Amino acid sequence: MLRLIVRRLLQLIPTLLGLTVLLFLWIHRLPGGPASALLGERATEADRRQMEEALGLDQPMWVQYGRWMERLVQLDLGNSVRTGQPVWEEFTLRFPATVELAVTGILIAVVVGIPLGYFAARRRGGWLDVTAVSASLVGVCIPVFFLAFLLRAVFAVNLGWLPSVGRQSTGIDATEVTGFFVLDGILTGEFDASWDALEHLILPGVALASIPLAVVVRITRASVLDVLGEDYVRTAESKGLKQRVVRGRHVMRNALLPVITTVGLLTGSLLSGAVLTESVFSFNGIGSFIRTAIDIRDYPVLMGFILFIAVIYVVINLLVDLAYSLIDPRVRVN
Amino acid sequence: MRIARPRAAKMFAAVLAIGLIATGCASERDDEESGDDGQPFVFGAPGDPASLDPSLASDGETFRVTRQAFETLLDHEPGGTELVGGLAHTWSSNEAGTEWTFELEEGVTFHDGSELTAEVICQNFDRWYNWSGTYQNTTISYYWQTVFGGFAQNESEETPDPNYVGCSAPEELTAVIEVAEPSANYPGGFSLQAFAIHSPDAIEAYEQDEASGEGENITFPGYSQEAGTVAGSGPFEVTDWNKGNGEVTLTAFDDYWGDTEAGVDELVFRTIPEESARRQALQAGDIQGYDLVAPADVTTLEDEGFQVPVRGVFNLLYLGITQESNPALETLEVRQALAHALDRQNIVDAQLPEGGVVATQFMPDTVAGYSEDVTTYDYDPDLARELLAEAGEEDLTLDFCYPTEVTRPYMPAPADIYELLRADLEEVGVTVNPVPLKWNPDYTETTRDGGCNIYLLGWTGDFNDGFNFLGTWFAGYQKEWGFENEELFDLLSQAETEPDEATRVGLYEQVNEAVMDFLPGVPISSSPPSIAFSADVNPPTVSPLTQENFAEVSFK
Repeated sequence: MLRLIVRRLLQLIPTLLGLTVLLFLWIHRLPGGPASALLGERATEADRRQMEEALGLDQPMWVQYGRWMERLVQLDLGNSVRTGQPVWEEFTLRFPATVELAVTGILIAVVVGIPLGYFAARRRGGWLDVTAVSASLVGVCIPVFFLAFLLRAVFAVNLGWLPSVGRQSTGIDATEVTGFFVLDGILTGEFDASWDALEHLILPGVALASIPLAVVVRITRASVLDVLGEDYVRTAESKGLKQRVVRGRHVMRNALLPVITTVGLLTGSLLSGAVLTESVFSFNGIGSFIRTAIDIRDYPVLMGFILFIAVIYVVINLLVDLAYSLIDPRVRVN
Repeated sequence: MRIARPRAAKMFAAVLAIGLIATGCASERDDEESGDDGQPFVFGAPGDPASLDPSLASDGETFRVTRQAFETLLDHEPGGTELVGGLAHTWSSNEAGTEWTFELEEGVTFHDGSELTAEVICQNFDRWYNWSGTYQNTTISYYWQTVFGGFAQNESEETPDPNYVGCSAPEELTAVIEVAEPSANYPGGFSLQAFAIHSPDAIEAYEQDEASGEGENITFPGYSQEAGTVAGSGPFEVTDWNKGNGEVTLTAFDDYWGDTEAGVDELVFRTIPEESARRQALQAGDIQGYDLVAPADVTTLEDEGFQVPVRGVFNLLYLGITQESNPALETLEVRQALAHALDRQNIVDAQLPEGGVVATQFMPDTVAGYSEDVTTYDYDPDLARELLAEAGEEDLTLDFCYPTEVTRPYMPAPADIYELLRADLEEVGVTVNPVPLKWNPDYTETTRDGGCNIYLLGWTGDFNDGFNFLGTWFAGYQKEWGFENEELFDLLSQAETEPDEATRVGLYEQVNEAVMDFLPGVPISSSPPSIAFSADVNPPTVSPLTQENFAEVSFK
């Protein structure tokens, strides 16, 4: 197991190195640049030249890449061109928000999606199946910004049940420890702050979960249908095993394998920035930060972010593989 | 089937429980928010501030925050564009316009307890003049370089020569600032937030925490990124910047020297980038005001009882023409035809908020130097067709650039405005190729590099001087316009360095008339960006310069 983990982490190095070269060239070839973006509509040609010189963008590409790599080997991702703060600090400031939101989204998707997909498969063609399949289609199709607008209109504006934007209510007395607001409230005993943070997670969490939920429902349903038709399920049933045992040990355990892969990939994509959801709910996470970075061609942030996400994907894939080995004995044998 | 039923029932119960909890917590939210005396006033801003030190910034969101905590030598009248005293109650210049004398207010105390004197003014200006290294980057010192030129020791050939000569304090409350050449930037430039005055103790603290870095690795100084060090003399002091939640909190300053003391104990600027999210946050009661209301939302908000005061106009939207990009555009008749083809009143009526007006020249009528005698180009499609025929350009084809995913104060819905203009141009026989581009940097860079035949752009003034508008576009050759007109450039240069204000205003009027005869582009409209407040607050006097003083805000 340890060898597997070490091998996978070592494989990361050449992958990331190749990725940095490709991305550096690609990002720096995008039309426009941070000089123009930072100066905006007010800048003159001379302003832009001066800014490019100051930012080192007038240097040949290999010199710029060399400088960037030189800093990277010292574990320095550089500074954001926009905020002037270290990229790593910007990430650590915003990553807890993204993690909280992603976990909420994925929890909703899993807790609701797997049972719904299972029951839809068990009652194939019934009203629950038709409703679940139709609803999941709507979930995939509905644009997140529109769903966000609807959710806010109903639950924040009309009913007044939940806050409309942000991570925390203004003026709430909360001590920041880890940056995870829900956790911080629990650690410091400020449970009202935790509750407030939870309230702020509900609407963006539901909006974010819409697509993963639809995917999980469909994958679970299809996977359960496949497994239900397998010989070993029929054999188990004909042996007179209890339904609970058949469902738990034979159906769900086998049906969950593709679901776990999907959930792993979905988690990676949610962590890599729920760009739209964070933006429309003013949820100050990595997604909304990256959106601005793309807009203004904030090269250090983009490079750092892509590396960061690559590492996250590799780690999540590793965790998925480990989860596989726990559920499927054949993987362990191999 | 039989087995699943109890499970389904449990699931239903769980969902019900979550619903009840949410309902329960909702009533708690309502209780918390029922107006108590210490309630903070929360304003929804479209973006984060870049810094808590306005000297290092050039963006409106930074200035919106710092304006509440820092004051400038000169200011603008509430709700207007005329210069009035700020930290200086009177000001004057010598005849040459190179020596500016400021008589300071007495009894001004900074947030850290230090006192305002003329020496403090000089300390501030000398700090900016002596900036070196990273501070000479235009990211940090854009306004200093624009208004006062370069530094004591320029470190780049691209940096302009300094126009600032020095500052002296002949008396305790008299400061004299000397410049090398007169400029239209004075005295208006002394009202810019970038030149707000900091406490002397704070400046010493800043020096311990310098900006650093090289190349793209610039680090803004730590003091400018968290509350605690910056200290101005305004009615609020900055007490917290919660970046995790996108909020800057300011607290009323008890020892404020001026008449307008803060009407609320706590003022919070909360970043909400999306316009619809800002509106819904106001409707939900999460915030009490926000800026850049979409014109389509104004009536809805007013009908729901929200306050949407109308600002004066101090901006301009124009159709830019890049003459070099298409030989046909170098012909005056063609440009005149384009002007006559556009139904600008229709744009004002259909796309702009209340208070919008058709523009006749490249400045709004609130700026000194506006001329009543410019050549005007009324909507006349028949005349436009005739002019195109005279020029032999009946089959004219133009690339029309417009920005996407952006709202500007002078241009609330660029794509919709583009559609109306396109229809007008096609009506007179011009074939239009649409070129939609993402606002920044794609659009700004393409237009500035002369990459479009025609395009939409605009400007919001910093202060009330004609050069702040005309000089932006016509002080010399620019690729975005693509023409040489030495007569026009010289006239504007003469206006810029004319120290006598009345003469300068007269020159601006002449420039406006010359520009509208030459017609390098078509001014379209001036319109006020809308701002909204909840019904339970007394809003601040709205400013055409978007320089609202939130000390005027109070709960009813």
